[in-house]
Amino acid sequence: MSENKKTALFDVHKRLGARLIPFGGWEMPVEYSGIAKEHTAVRTAAGLFDVSHMGEFVVHGPQALDLIQRVTSNDASKLADGQALYSALPYPEGTVVDDLLVYRYNARHFMLVVNAGNIEKDFGWISSHNRFDATVENTSDRISLLALQGPHSTTILQKLTTCPLDKIGYYHFAQDKVLNAHAVISRTGYTGEDGFELYFDSGHSESIWNALLQAGEPHGLIPAGLGARNTLRLEARLLLYGNDMDETTTLFEAGLAWIVKFDKGEFIGRDTLLRQKLEGVGRKLAGFEMVGRDIAREHYPVFVDGKEAGHVTSGSPSITLKKNIGLAYLPAEHSAIGSRFHVSVRGRLCDAQVVATPFYKRR
Amino acid sequence: MSSPDDLLYTKEHEWIRVSDNIGTVGITLFATKELGEVVYVELPKVGDRFKSGDAFGNVESVKAVSELFIPVTGEVVEVNDDLGNAPEILNEDPYGKGWLIQVRMKDPSETADLMSAEEYGDYTKEEE
Repeated sequence: MSENKKTALFDVHKRLGARLIPFGGWEMPVEYSGIAKEHTAVRTAAGLFDVSHMGEFVVHGPQALDLIQRVTSNDASKLADGQALYSALPYPEGTVVDDLLVYRYNARHFMLVVNAGNIEKDFGWISSHNRFDATVENTSDRISLLALQGPHSTTILQKLTTCPLDKIGYYHFAQDKVLNAHAVISRTGYTGEDGFELYFDSGHSESIWNALLQAGEPHGLIPAGLGARNTLRLEARLLLYGNDMDETTTLFEAGLAWIVKFDKGEFIGRDTLLRQKLEGVGRKLAGFEMVGRDIAREHYPVFVDGKEAGHVTSGSPSITLKKNIGLAYLPAEHSAIGSRFHVSVRGRLCDAQVVATPFYKRR
Repeated sequence: MSSPDDLLYTKEHEWIRVSDNIGTVGITLFATKELGEVVYVELPKVGDRFKSGDAFGNVESVKAVSELFIPVTGEVVEVNDDLGNAPEILNEDPYGKGWLIQVRMKDPSETADLMSAEEYGDYTKEEE
């Protein structure tokens, strides 16, 4: 086993007393002061996450957009300069290489942001389909990514930049200075809360991290780890690659039809996905609540009418809602809101019910 | 992290306080720090019998579930029902109000295999 990679902020996290765990080939902070406290800070004030393990690819050239349109399922041609979009890299079978964000700087220059554990796989996949006049560069090791999330994010970040943050719409971004570093300031996130993701040269990591924590302290900002990130994203029904979808699940099964655009022209996986759209799928990823106090966890088997019918892909207590929630693949005919089924919790069949998602939506 | 001197400890981070043939069992401060905020505790019923090393329940934190292992053979004579409504007691006072169960021990000599506070301190230092 090769040693896990460390972000530029590794020593800072250790000094802050973070618990560090291996994640996607990286040594990452899972919590600082406690998952529930960090989760609540993001919902009510703000939290700061180091997510520099995420991968960034720069795509440029006259046919940059053509390459992106070919390998992704959403329609990147609809993007304006300074806009971003959630999308996926499908296999020809309609299953998922990875999910990603597509950022458009201009018609010849894009950035793709991919999951840490998939950087090499994705880079190989995209490169192998690059028969266009476009270059793909993996800049992951040079770029740091901080996520400032929560209702007070704008107030806090505005102290470090002259960029008019109120002007940046959801899923849009600006290129401006944060302190004295050139940064991409993106109004995106993985928590279901308002906030920003900041991409910049990793040499500036420590100064920006510290300045944000200092500026945010009076506003309730605290550092937050991957533990809170996971409970936050689950409440917002944001999927986690490797848990909720992967190379064995199709975009339609995962409920990601909204990022599959057939009218954009040819793309990898289009034929299979189009057939699935017409014929329907046999199973669907559904959000559920436990009826009793038992907590569903990933990999727990799911039973419908007494028969094993799938498994939980994500499950945890919902800190905001004070319920136990999760996602599971269920037979399509049994995935409607209100459907009852069982989750096997250490051998005991416990009642669960399909509910509307997202579990949590900010006001 | 210092552990109370009057308790005995297991490698799975349970403690036991022995008084005559009754053992009070809980989990250590080290264990609660590893778990994070406890949200649910699943305990056996009074009258249940276990052999030393058996799983007797579960502790769930936000991020994970951990099995509880009993340090001695015996019968459960009391269960800490307060944990049902207030599982956070386990984080707040793991060696006091956060006790889990009391067992009538079948063979008090079994405790000879357990660690002292000092031995447990060295053991957790290695685990960190």
